[in-house]
Amino acid sequence: MQFMLLFSRQGKLRLQKWYVPLSDKEKKKITRELVQTVLARKPKMCSFLEWRDLKIVYKRYASLYFCCAIEDQDNELITLEIIHRYVELLDKYFGSVCELDIIFNFEKAYFILDEFLLGGEVQETSKKNVLKAIEQADLLQEVKTHRIKYETIVFSL
Amino acid sequence: MEAVNLLSSNRYTEKQIGYLFISVLVNSNSELIRLINNAIKNDLASRNPTFMGLALHCIANVGSREMAEAFAGEIPKILVAGDTMDSVKQSAALCLLRLYRTSPDLVPMGDWTSRVVHLLNDQHLGVVTAATSLITTLAQKNPEEFKTSVSLAVSRLSRIVTSASTDLQDYTYYFVPAPWLSVKLLRLLQCYPPPEDPAVRGRLTECLETILNKAQEPPKSKKVQHSNAKNAVLFEAISLIIHHDSEPNLLVRACNQLGQFLQHRETNLRYLALESMCTLASSEFSHEAVKTHIETVINALKTERDVSVRQRAVDLLYAMCDRSNAQQIVAEMLNYLETADYSIREEIVLKVAILAEKYAVDYTWYVDTILNLIRIAGDYVSEEVWYRVIQIVINRDDVQGYAAKTVFEALQAPACHENLVKVGGYILGEFGNLIAGDPRSSPLIQFNLLHSKFHLCSVPTRALLLSTYIKFVNLFPEIKTTIQDVLRSDSQLKNADVELQQRAVEYLRLSTIASTDILATVLEEMPPFPERESSILAKLKKKKGPGTVTDLEEIKKERSSDMNGSAEPASVNASVVSTPSPSADLLGLGAAPVTNSAPPPSSSGSLLVDVFSDSASAVAPLAPGSDDNFARFVCKNNGVLFENQLLQIGLKSEFRQNLGRMFIFYGNKTSTQFLNFTPTVICSDDLQSSLNLQTKPVDPTVDGGAQVQQVVNIECVSDFMEAPVLNIQFRYGGTFQNLSVKLPITLNKFFQPTEMSSQDFFQRWKQLSNPKQEVQNIFKAKHPMDAEITKAKIIGFGSALLEEVDPNPANFVGAGIIHTKTTQIGCLLRLEPNLQAQMYRLTLRTSKEAVSQRLCELLSEQF
Repeated sequence: MQFMLLFSRQGKLRLQKWYVPLSDKEKKKITRELVQTVLARKPKMCSFLEWRDLKIVYKRYASLYFCCAIEDQDNELITLEIIHRYVELLDKYFGSVCELDIIFNFEKAYFILDEFLLGGEVQETSKKNVLKAIEQADLLQEVKTHRIKYETIVFSL
Repeated sequence: MEAVNLLSSNRYTEKQIGYLFISVLVNSNSELIRLINNAIKNDLASRNPTFMGLALHCIANVGSREMAEAFAGEIPKILVAGDTMDSVKQSAALCLLRLYRTSPDLVPMGDWTSRVVHLLNDQHLGVVTAATSLITTLAQKNPEEFKTSVSLAVSRLSRIVTSASTDLQDYTYYFVPAPWLSVKLLRLLQCYPPPEDPAVRGRLTECLETILNKAQEPPKSKKVQHSNAKNAVLFEAISLIIHHDSEPNLLVRACNQLGQFLQHRETNLRYLALESMCTLASSEFSHEAVKTHIETVINALKTERDVSVRQRAVDLLYAMCDRSNAQQIVAEMLNYLETADYSIREEIVLKVAILAEKYAVDYTWYVDTILNLIRIAGDYVSEEVWYRVIQIVINRDDVQGYAAKTVFEALQAPACHENLVKVGGYILGEFGNLIAGDPRSSPLIQFNLLHSKFHLCSVPTRALLLSTYIKFVNLFPEIKTTIQDVLRSDSQLKNADVELQQRAVEYLRLSTIASTDILATVLEEMPPFPERESSILAKLKKKKGPGTVTDLEEIKKERSSDMNGSAEPASVNASVVSTPSPSADLLGLGAAPVTNSAPPPSSSGSLLVDVFSDSASAVAPLAPGSDDNFARFVCKNNGVLFENQLLQIGLKSEFRQNLGRMFIFYGNKTSTQFLNFTPTVICSDDLQSSLNLQTKPVDPTVDGGAQVQQVVNIECVSDFMEAPVLNIQFRYGGTFQNLSVKLPITLNKFFQPTEMSSQDFFQRWKQLSNPKQEVQNIFKAKHPMDAEITKAKIIGFGSALLEEVDPNPANFVGAGIIHTKTTQIGCLLRLEPNLQAQMYRLTLRTSKEAVSQRLCELLSEQF
């Protein structure tokens, strides 16, 4: 996979993950073009389209468009399922996820994505394992928050 | 700076935030990079799986070159170490993959490669998934290293596919066992050719059949995810079957499955089915099966609402087009063109042009199609297309009159596209005289018609029309004054555009001062163009990019013979000019489009004997198909001797009495250099005494796409029976190539025709009445028995064709003298065809038995 974008129906970008090195300007340009193209598609049209020399696989969940760019030889249907799996993970984690969850907890969304996909390839397909890893990370966070408060007090003195 | 500090903290949260910050804001500030790398190094060495995980994620997300330099050595060790946790192993594998993608040179192949292959057998499916991705990419660059992964992948795949749904528990996705892993394993298998080991191959075939069977079963769940996952595995399996291209029944089953999908309710499946079928269409086993679906595809073209699906349908029609359905398909594509999306029109125009040219049995149809094309989508008809039309019309005499007439009629339409004016102008300029007899298209009318469009056209078109006018001056002197008036008018002579002005002035002078002879020479009809690779194909390839349909074109071109029987396709660089020597041209036309029974010019798929021999002088056995080509060269001197994927060998030779000279052209068809290129001519001992061959040396390096020439001087000392062998050795890429072909230097090349009267002929015939001097052969005709072709072949053979000698007019009689250094041998021949029985009787009488034998052998093969 080359990159994944999440954007709302108004075209606002909620999450972007790039698996290829590109300059900022290029990223912005690609995002703009792609958002325009995908938003222009009618609901009954098929989920795959060809854009530049990549294949774009997209799916709409409620008010969010999940859009992935894959190479020529990758399997499109499985990418659709990757998108679905990611949505399921988010759903399980946040409990009935909606766009607001992603807006306010974007870092968690990135962490979950990192556990699931790495370097553009599927890393771990078991839902249980991914969520277990995230939960562990959360636990570690909570234990440490008390100590942070303590430290900051020490510094300010 | 703060973020880097956070990295080195021991607290998870801070570390996490630090890493997040770094991944999102990559900068190439060297100071920071060093610090970051340091921090990461510490984390990697820390043995704490969470920290290691974080560090690996960061490396994978950033994947910059500096990081690759720092960590490319470390990560493989982590990957194969026994005590790493599974989750870390996963991350390490994908991290390595990311680094490899950015900087392949920095990731060394070490002994860790074999350990990585064993990861395929790991318990933890997550690790297997990650490892498979890694191996797939690595195997593409170094297939040898990872060959053992094939059998492991197959066994893993079969375990997954045949497992019950409860086995894999969490990895079962909506009742489909481990779909992602299955897809990845199938992709890995696509990197390799079908396994040689029969046990492995059997398992793989079973596996694929199971997948195909499962597709037929009723779905276990109504959810779209279930069907998507199931179908994802199915499509990947079909891709693998297509890639292997070895099991016909699997291919046919795949094709049928796709056929079912073509009419599925879901648009996605229809789209994918069309796409996969495109690749299937190129395989010879399933090509027929694909063609049966043509009605469905045409229907899809007309009724689909989604433009991308329609586009796929067009691609598929293009791929499945062959001689039997070409007309239907082109008609449908033209229909579609009228309503097509603007963005894809140009591509469709190119495709229609290529198809029309390739499968045109009747060139009048081709001209019609192209003119239609211009009429419907004139704006999108690029220059290459109409250049090609002109080339073809000029090269083929039979269609010139028809083209002139059709173009004339088309131009009469009130609103015609500028491209049509261009084509019309050119064709009428060259061949207007062919229709000038008809009063409706008299010269004046033609001129007026063209001139009426003159002012509506752009500058290049006007320039072309001016050239046409001067050609008219030559062809039709009766309207010379009218044209001169036009040229003289101010709008031409003082035209703002320099080109037009120059042309008008020069043409005007030319028409006034030149005599008719000079004018005729200057404006002589265009000679036929040398055949070149179609520039249209090149343009289509550029548009589409590599892969997809256009590569199929190349493969098809390589495999199938040039059905249209155009005069021997010249070499890659078009420098083997087929200056039609009479015999070659006649034979070229003789192999007429409709029933082409002459052996294909490029011996299809001829094998390159790949010999990794130590002794560089070892001569490879003769390449198969070289005998065919050899036979073809007995009666002619120019053409392509041998062709395969890498190399094309063309010949041009001329002989006089007992001397001859042969030019051998070696064309490098690839883009890589050939090194140590050594062609040698080998004669057996007997042959050496009868035939003297002198070869000039050839440059040992042949650049990609280039052609080198070798001159061979031949002297016939005495008569000889065998043919010398040309052995070619060179290095291509890393492999050593060695091949041999027979060089067509035969006795009949030194044949000098002699005319003689009927009496002389019969006198000599009786003189040679010794039974040893006569050789007779009765054989079945291999080619259609056409008198003209036969005559041409006899002349090409070298003997004079004597008319009115034999009392039976259907018989052919020839006479000539074989010149050698030592002797001259007179030869007489008589060929009696029996049309009813499709057989010939050939009688040869010469003063030397061996010569009669040899000539009879050679000549019998030709008919």
